[in-house]
Amino acid sequence: MKPFAYLRPATVEEAVRARATHPGSAFLGGGTNLVDLMKLGVSGPELLIDVGRLPLDRIEELPDGGLRIGATVRNSDLAAAPAVRERYPVLSQALLAGASGQLRNAATTGGNLLQRTRCLYFQDVSVPCNKRRPGSGCPAVEGVHRDLAVLGHSAHCVATQPSDMAVALAALDAAVEVTGPDGDRTVPVTAFHRLPGEHPERDTVLEPGELITAVRLPPPRPLAHGHYRKARDRASYAFALVSVAALLEVRDGVVHHAALAYGGLAPRPWRAAAAEEALRGAPATADAFGRAADAELSAARPLRDNGFKVELARRLTVSVLARLAARHR
Amino acid sequence: MSHDPQPVPPKAPGHPLGAASARREGRAKVTGAARYAAEHAPPHRVHAWPVPATVARGRITAVDTADALALPGVHAVLTHENAPRLEQAEDPAVAVLQGPAVPHRGWYVALAVADSLETARAAAEAVRVTYDAEEYDVTLTADHPDRYLPKEVNGGHPGTRERGDFDAAYAGALVTVDATYTLTALHNHPMEPHASTAWWDGGHLTVHDSSQGSTKARDDLAALFGRDRRDVTVVAEHIGGGFGSKGTLRPQAVLAAMAAQVTGRPVTLALPRREMPAVVGHRAPTLQRVRLGAGADGVLTALAHEVVTHTSTVKEFVEQAAVPARVMYTSPHSRTVHRVVALDVPSPSWMRAPGEAPGMYALESAMDELAVLLDLDPVELRLRNEPATEPDSGRPFSSRGLARALREGADRFGWRPRDPRPGVRREGDLLLGTGVAAATYPVLIFPSSAEAFAAPDGGFRIRINATDLGTGARTVLGQIAAEVLGAPEERVRVEIGRSDLPDAFLAGGSSGTGSWGWAVHKACSALKAELSRRQEPLPQEGVTVSADTREEIAAGTPYARHAFGAHFAEVQVDTVTGEIRVRRMLGMFAAGRILNPRTARSQFIGGMTMGIGMALTEHSTMDPVVGGFAERDLASYHLPVCADVHTIEAHWLDEDDPHLNPMGSKGIGEIGIVGAAAAVGNAVHHALGVRLRTLPLTPDAVLPHLP
Amino acid sequence: MESTAPPPDAAGPPPGATRSTVTLHVNGVPHRLTLDHRTTALDALRNHLGLTGTKKGCDHGQCGACTVLVDGRRANSCLLLAVTLDGSALTTVEGLADAEGLHPLQTAFVERDAFQCGYCTPGQLCSAAGVLQEAADGHPCHVTPDTAQPGAPVELTAEEIRERMSGNLCRCGAYPRIVEAIGDATAHPAAPPVPHAVHGLGAVSVHERREAAS
Repeated sequence: MKPFAYLRPATVEEAVRARATHPGSAFLGGGTNLVDLMKLGVSGPELLIDVGRLPLDRIEELPDGGLRIGATVRNSDLAAAPAVRERYPVLSQALLAGASGQLRNAATTGGNLLQRTRCLYFQDVSVPCNKRRPGSGCPAVEGVHRDLAVLGHSAHCVATQPSDMAVALAALDAAVEVTGPDGDRTVPVTAFHRLPGEHPERDTVLEPGELITAVRLPPPRPLAHGHYRKARDRASYAFALVSVAALLEVRDGVVHHAALAYGGLAPRPWRAAAAEEALRGAPATADAFGRAADAELSAARPLRDNGFKVELARRLTVSVLARLAARHR
Repeated sequence: MSHDPQPVPPKAPGHPLGAASARREGRAKVTGAARYAAEHAPPHRVHAWPVPATVARGRITAVDTADALALPGVHAVLTHENAPRLEQAEDPAVAVLQGPAVPHRGWYVALAVADSLETARAAAEAVRVTYDAEEYDVTLTADHPDRYLPKEVNGGHPGTRERGDFDAAYAGALVTVDATYTLTALHNHPMEPHASTAWWDGGHLTVHDSSQGSTKARDDLAALFGRDRRDVTVVAEHIGGGFGSKGTLRPQAVLAAMAAQVTGRPVTLALPRREMPAVVGHRAPTLQRVRLGAGADGVLTALAHEVVTHTSTVKEFVEQAAVPARVMYTSPHSRTVHRVVALDVPSPSWMRAPGEAPGMYALESAMDELAVLLDLDPVELRLRNEPATEPDSGRPFSSRGLARALREGADRFGWRPRDPRPGVRREGDLLLGTGVAAATYPVLIFPSSAEAFAAPDGGFRIRINATDLGTGARTVLGQIAAEVLGAPEERVRVEIGRSDLPDAFLAGGSSGTGSWGWAVHKACSALKAELSRRQEPLPQEGVTVSADTREEIAAGTPYARHAFGAHFAEVQVDTVTGEIRVRRMLGMFAAGRILNPRTARSQFIGGMTMGIGMALTEHSTMDPVVGGFAERDLASYHLPVCADVHTIEAHWLDEDDPHLNPMGSKGIGEIGIVGAAAAVGNAVHHALGVRLRTLPLTPDAVLPHLP
Repeated sequence: MESTAPPPDAAGPPPGATRSTVTLHVNGVPHRLTLDHRTTALDALRNHLGLTGTKKGCDHGQCGACTVLVDGRRANSCLLLAVTLDGSALTTVEGLADAEGLHPLQTAFVERDAFQCGYCTPGQLCSAAGVLQEAADGHPCHVTPDTAQPGAPVELTAEEIRERMSGNLCRCGAYPRIVEAIGDATAHPAAPPVPHAVHGLGAVSVHERREAAS
C-alpha cells in the first residue's frame, strides 16, 4: 500500500469537487471493502476522500410512502430501523444474512452497493484478472470457480457481485441517487451494476467522480409478502452460494404480483424478469413456481464446477415462493 | 434458556490432580495482558514483511530492490543474493533466501525491513522479482505416474504392512465393502499467525516465537546460524494456537533472526494470513481406498487401507492415514499401504492428529457401510471386532476403552432405539439422522527434564520448558506438582515457555502432559524425599532438585498404548439447499486419568469442533491453473463459526491404566478430532440415504442427492 | 451515525500530506498521535499505544480477533483507518475491566473456560459487549423471529448469541463455552453498559417528513 493523502469533506459538494480535482482519488465509506482491497494491492488511491461522516445518515419517509436511505446509513442501523423491518422485511433480512455484526456496524448503504467481487483471482494481484488488469486474462474460467457466475458473465469475466443487500433492493425496485460533477441522477438498482461483456473492469454505471447519496425505496405493496433466503457453506458469516429475494402477492390462489431477484448467480443482483413474467397470473403452486424458475434459469451457462447453483436457485425459488404463498392462505 | 448443559464440576478439595482448576493465565488472557510473539517491542524494534514467489515452480533470475530501498524508513531488503548464509537445515523448508530455486508458489523470495509496518509492506510490494518459470505439476491423482512407496511415513511408521493373505481372505469373504474416500487439503489456521520478534545482543540471539516447542526451535536456530545452543534463547510464553503448524521451526523465526542480524535491530515478523497456507504446512490431501471383508456375523476377515497422498519437492512428509487400521479392529489378513507423489506444492506437515484424523474418517465410514450392508447396528459391529491384542504388533493393550466408550456413549447420547433405515426422519424440509464413529490416538511420551524448587517460606516453583498452546499445560503441571508435594496449587509457581528452562519436548502428538508431567512428577517426588530427609529449616537459597525421564522412556513398554473414543452425532440435511448442520454431538473418551476436567473438556470439544469443520466446511483447492492453494484467507477457507456449533458434549470414562506414566494419563489434544468427521458423515448417510465419500459436505456436494 | 463526533477538523492535514495528527480516546484516555494514513486503528493500538490486547488474526475483517468498540459499537479495527477515527472513543479489552474488577463477561469467560489459546478472546469479549448493547437496543439478527417487535430489546437465547457472535472465529473451538459465558453475563445485573462509550446505539432517526409537511 502506497502512502495516500486524506480528506474529510464537510459537504457532499466539497466531496464531489475534491474527487473531480484529483483523478487518483477514491471515496471511502465504511472501509470494509476498500481498506481490504488497498491492503491486497487491488486498489491504490492517492487520495482518500472520507465520505463516512457526511450528513447522509438518515432514513427519511417520502411523501409517496417510500423511504429514502442516506448513503452513510450503516447496514446494522438500516436492518434495525422499524420502518424497514415493518414495511420492507426482505431488506432487513438480506442485510442480516450478510457479513458479521462488526462489519454491518461499519459498512454503509452506498459502500455495500459498491463492494467488489470476492473472486479469488481478483483479490490476488500476482495472477491475471481482466477486472483488475484489463486484457490480462481470466484464470477463473478454467480454474477455481465454484462460487462464480452462471448468468450474465462473459468470456472475459465470470465474477459474481457479493452484496446481499443489493439483491433485496433489486427485488424492491429501489433506485440509487447519485450526484456528480454533471449533476444529480437516479439509477434503478437493477441497472446499477454492469454486466462484464468486454469491459469487466467497470462494475457499475457510475461515472468517474459520481457519489451515491441515497437509495430510494418505492412504497411497499401493502398486500405483498417478502422474504430473503441465502444458502451458504457455513451457518453464518459466509457469502451466498445462491440467495433469493422474493416478494409475492397472491389473490384467490393466483399470483397477482411477484418480484424475484437472485444473489450469487451473476455479476449483478439478478432480477428475474422471465420468472416474474411466468408467475404473473399463474396459480400459486409449487409446480408453477418451478416452471417460473426454469423460465429464468434456462439461460444459465454454468462453468465446469458451478452447475449446482442452477439447481440450488430453482429449489430456493420454489421454497421461498411457497412459503410466501402460504402466508396468503 | 439453558446455558448450562454441562456444569463445570466443582473443585475437588484436597486433591489438586483431577480438580477442575481454572487456567493460571486466564486473567491475563481475558484482560489482554498476555503477550504473544509479535507483541514484544524492544527499543528500536523494526518490522518485516515477506515477499512470496508468484510462480508455481522456477528460478529467480533477478531481484530489483531499488524502489523498495528508496522508500524512506526502509532498513534492508533481504534476498537470496544478500541474506546471511545458513548452515545445512535439518528441515529444508526453513532454508529461506538461500538460493534462486522456487519449489512452489508462495515460497519466500525476499524480506523487507522498515521502521513501520506500513512501510515494510509497501517495500515488500515494491520488490520486483523476475523468474524463469518452469513447468509444474500440482495435481494429485490416484494413479499418478510418479507415485512411490515411501519406506516410512510420519511418526516413523513403516509405509507398508502386510499380515496374512489379504487378497485371498477378501476374495473369500461373504460380505465386502470397497470404497474410496477423498479428502482435500486442510489448513491449521491457528488464530495467531506465525510470528517472531528477534534480536541479537552481542553474539546472543533471542527470539520470541509462536512455537509449540522452544527447546527444539532453539536447537534448530542454533544449528542454522552456526551457534552454540547456549547462544540462542527462544521464548514462547503465550501461543495463539498451533494445531501442529507451529510444531516445527517456521520461516518467520529464521527470517526475523536474519533481518535482526542484518539491521542490528530487533525485528518483528508476523506472517500475513494469506501467506500461511504456503509456508506453515497443511494436512495433505488423501485418496483412501478401504476394503473390508467380513462374515455374516460382521467379524472382519480382511482389511485393506491404501492411501495416496502428496508431498512437496522440498521434503518428504507422508500423512500416515493407514496407520490407525493397524490398531483398530480384528483383522487377520491386512494390508496397509501409503503411496506418495512429490508435487510442486507447499510442504505438508502436522495438523491435529496427522494420520488418525483423515485415516479414521475413511476407516470409520467404511465400517458404517459394512454395518448398513449387514443390517447390523454400527455400535454392535464395532463391538464384534474388538481385538484381543493390537492387530499389527500382537502386543497387549495397556488399556482399551473402546467398547465401554461405545456403550456408555450410546447410552448418554440416546443412540437407541434407532431405526436403521436411512432417509425416513423428516421435520419439515429437514431430514435427520444419527451416526457413530470410533476414535483412537496413540500415547506418545518423550524425554523431558524439570526442576523443582522449595523456598524457605514454604513456596514451590517448578521449571520446565513446556509450552502452553491453550491446552492448559501451565495449569495441569502446577496440579501435578501440588499433588506430589502435598501443597496447595497456589503455593506452586510454574515457569514454562523459555528455552533457558530445563529442556522438554514440544507440544505435539498429544504428548505434553504425559512427557512434561512425568518429569515434573519425578522432580517433585525427589524434592519431597529431599525435604523429608531434612531436619533443619531450609537454607536461604532454598532447595532445588532436577530430574529427567530419559531412562524411564528409553526402557520402553511391552504394551500397545492408545487412547480411544466414540463420537455420536445428529445432523439435519436441508432438502431445499443441501445445507447440513450438526444438531448435537457427543464424544465419550477413554484416555486414562483426566487430570483437569475443565481444560480437558475444552480440548475434547475443540477437537470435535475442528472435526465438524473437516466434515462440513473446510476445503482447500490446489489451483491447477496458477499453482498454489486457492483458498488462502478466512473468508474463503471456512473454519466453523459459532453458529455452526450447537450442543457438543464431551465425557470420559474413569480409566485406570498403570502402564502409562505416574499420573496415569493419556494425551487428549488430538483424539477429539479423530473420527468426528466420520460420525457426521455417517449421520448424513442415515439422514439422506446416500453415501457421500468426499469431504467437505457442502451444499454443492449434497444437492445432486436430495430427494 | 457519527452524530456526536466532533465536526471535521477545519484545518485538516495539508493537501497531499500522508500523515495526520488525530486524537483517539482509548479506554477513556485521550491520545494525540501523528500517524501514517495507512495505519489502521488496530496497528495504532498495537504499535503506537502499546495496547496489544487487541489481536491481529487476519488483518482483513474475516476473523474478528481485532474487534473493539468504537463509540460503543463493535467493529473490526483492522479495517478502520485510524485517521478516520479522529475524536472517536475506542474501548479495547484493556478497558473492559474497571477499578472494581473484571467486567462480568471477563469473569464469565474465565469461569466457563471459554477460551484456550486466548488469541481470539479479546475480540470475543469486545464483540460480546457489543452484542449485549445491540440486543438491549433492539437490534435484530439473522435468527431473530420476524414476529419480534421492532425496537424492543431482544432476548439473547443461545441461538441468538451463536449467530451474533459468528463474526469472531475461534480455532480452539471454545464456541459452546463462549455462548454459555455470554449467557451468564446477560443474567448479571452489572453487565452493560460498557465503560467509556461516548454514545450508544440507535442513532438513526426516521424523520416523518409527511408530518412535518402537514
